[in-house]
Amino acid sequence: MSELLRIEGLTITPKSAPERCLVDDISFVLESGKTTCVVGESGSGKSLTALAVMGLLSSQLNQVAGQVNFQGQDISRLTNQQMQQIRGKRIGMIFQEPMTSLNPVLTVGYQIGETLTVHLGLKGGMLKARIASLLEQVGIPAERVNSYPDELSGGQRQRVMIAMSIACEPVLLIADEPTTALDVTVQAQILKLLDELKTRMQMGMLFITHDFGVVADIADNVVVMFRGKIVESGAVDQVLNQPQHPYTKALLACVPDADGKKPLKPIDYAWLNEGQAA
Amino acid sequence: MSDLILSAHHLTKTYTQRSGKFGFGTTQVKALDDVSIGLKAGTTLAVVGESGSGKSTLARCLLQLQPLDSGEVIFEGKDLAKLSGSELRHTRRDLQMVFQDPFASLNPRMRIGKIVGEGLLIHRLGTLAEQQAQVIRMLKRVGLSEADMQKYPHEFSGGQRQRIGIARALILQPKVVVCDEPVSALDVSIQAQILLLLKELQQEMSLSYIFISHDLRVVRHIADEVVVMYKGKVVEQGAVNDIYQSPAQDYTRNLLNAIPGRKHAAMAST
Ligand SMILES: Nc1ncnc2c1ncn2[C@@H]1O[C@H](COP(=O)(O)OP(=O)(O)OP(=O)(O)O)[C@@H](O)[C@H]1O
Ligand SMILES: Nc1ncnc2c1ncn2[C@@H]1O[C@H](COP(=O)(O)OP(=O)(O)OP(=O)(O)O)[C@@H](O)[C@H]1O
Ligand SMILES: [Mg+2]
Ligand SMILES: [Mg+2]
Repeated sequence: MSELLRIEGLTITPKSAPERCLVDDISFVLESGKTTCVVGESGSGKSLTALAVMGLLSSQLNQVAGQVNFQGQDISRLTNQQMQQIRGKRIGMIFQEPMTSLNPVLTVGYQIGETLTVHLGLKGGMLKARIASLLEQVGIPAERVNSYPDELSGGQRQRVMIAMSIACEPVLLIADEPTTALDVTVQAQILKLLDELKTRMQMGMLFITHDFGVVADIADNVVVMFRGKIVESGAVDQVLNQPQHPYTKALLACVPDADGKKPLKPIDYAWLNEGQAA
Repeated sequence: MSDLILSAHHLTKTYTQRSGKFGFGTTQVKALDDVSIGLKAGTTLAVVGESGSGKSTLARCLLQLQPLDSGEVIFEGKDLAKLSGSELRHTRRDLQMVFQDPFASLNPRMRIGKIVGEGLLIHRLGTLAEQQAQVIRMLKRVGLSEADMQKYPHEFSGGQRQRIGIARALILQPKVVVCDEPVSALDVSIQAQILLLLKELQQEMSLSYIFISHDLRVVRHIADEVVVMYKGKVVEQGAVNDIYQSPAQDYTRNLLNAIPGRKHAAMAST
């Protein structure tokens, strides 16, 4: 097994409030050909962790400590120009909110093609064919190549981003809730596509999701985040079947069942806080 | 018919798209193809279906946020397309929407307190102090805090932004809320909290919901009736239990079978 990504002691604070850790000293390792799912509370720092790996943190935030080692190189010290060589080519990213990362005035075909031209030098007929094939792979008819992002449905935009992120067949894919806007049948198609890349290219995947059904289906390892910290991590069977941390247990107890019999019940945070203090 | 608070009859909507080599040609996308639905007062109608099947288009057309090619939408016995400008503005308070893409629907230069309270201001509901108090109460109910009022949309996580959109719609105490994937970015605990909040408000004020979602587990919990869309058409429609227990259409069966995590013991038993 070869180590693909090693995050060590990553800590992120707002510049305006340096005492508030949004991501608080987190560490984990991802191996080639493996999938690590990151789950946890809304607002616990999952997306910020992903953005930090990509070197795309907002200018209002500071990575005050920690290392991001990608294939043995500390990429958190690279210049923006050096990062651009890696981003989109060796590391692909699917962002949580498609509209924030797609350019509204460029067609989706152009945006998928841009990555291919910049990183692989594809042009002309080769480029067109590759764009069409990528669109088809994510289940969008190739005739939609000239559509602008706002002419697509929410799930179609998300799939355009998926097509962009895998265009150059990266060795690491960071996927931030990549299938939240997809119905289960299209989701299954996308997960299969990613799994093929994982097998064929030994691609490693960091996959942020709220869907424990997806976790159960695709994860090798699971990282659980709560209030900026990793409270638990381990092999998928271990975390889902024998959760150790009270937060993980409480979160798993909230997973809705498919036949609607189990009553909806959010976590009782007062109880959880007491449990942690004790 | 009188128990239907909102109904849509034979809606059609076709988009024209550039296509072809230089974008000179056009393709037609039939997003709504003779769609009819009815929402009973005080109930929840879920709309499920394939990505691109026309759910968001239906949502926008129901609220007159987008023109229809043909068909009519009746709210409390009135044809929405025939209302005058001021009547429509007045009715808007009763018809709210939670948008699918939270970030794109929040003004980036406005603080959250203002975004959530704007509707109260526009419809002149209560004094400023009362409006302020309501905003705080609503933010707390969706799991945010008073301090969040001073922040801008980009300072929130995806799930927090989604909850801002929900707070903005519910604060007006509307009669009908069209929710387009309202809980897709929420962890399962907050998701349960929001679903319970929707149910609570439904009981308190007899709210009715159109609830668009691809999460069939969530739909099972919240919906009374379900509409299944496929390629711009309604292919199946009925009470939630009937559809889950004996889906009539292949597409619906495929959807139910593709719910992820079935093979995992921990997911099946919980
Ligand atoms: N620019 C910013 N300034 C200040 N705080 C921020 C900023 N961006 C994010 N935050 C805060 O950092 C925390 C972590 O955000 P992050 O987006 O990583 O959450 P998340 O785990 O991805 O949540 P979700 O599941 O809701 O997407 C949140 O509480 C958020 O409010
Ligand atoms: N402005 C537009 N111009 C052209 N086509 C459009 C436009 N808006 C939507 N469409 C197309 O209409 C169809 C229906 O889109 P809609 O957004 O209603 O789907 P949806 O069911 O909400 O899908 P999703 O689950 O992915 O959000 C899609 O094929 C979409 O590409
Ligand atoms: Mg996030
Ligand atoms: Mg939609």
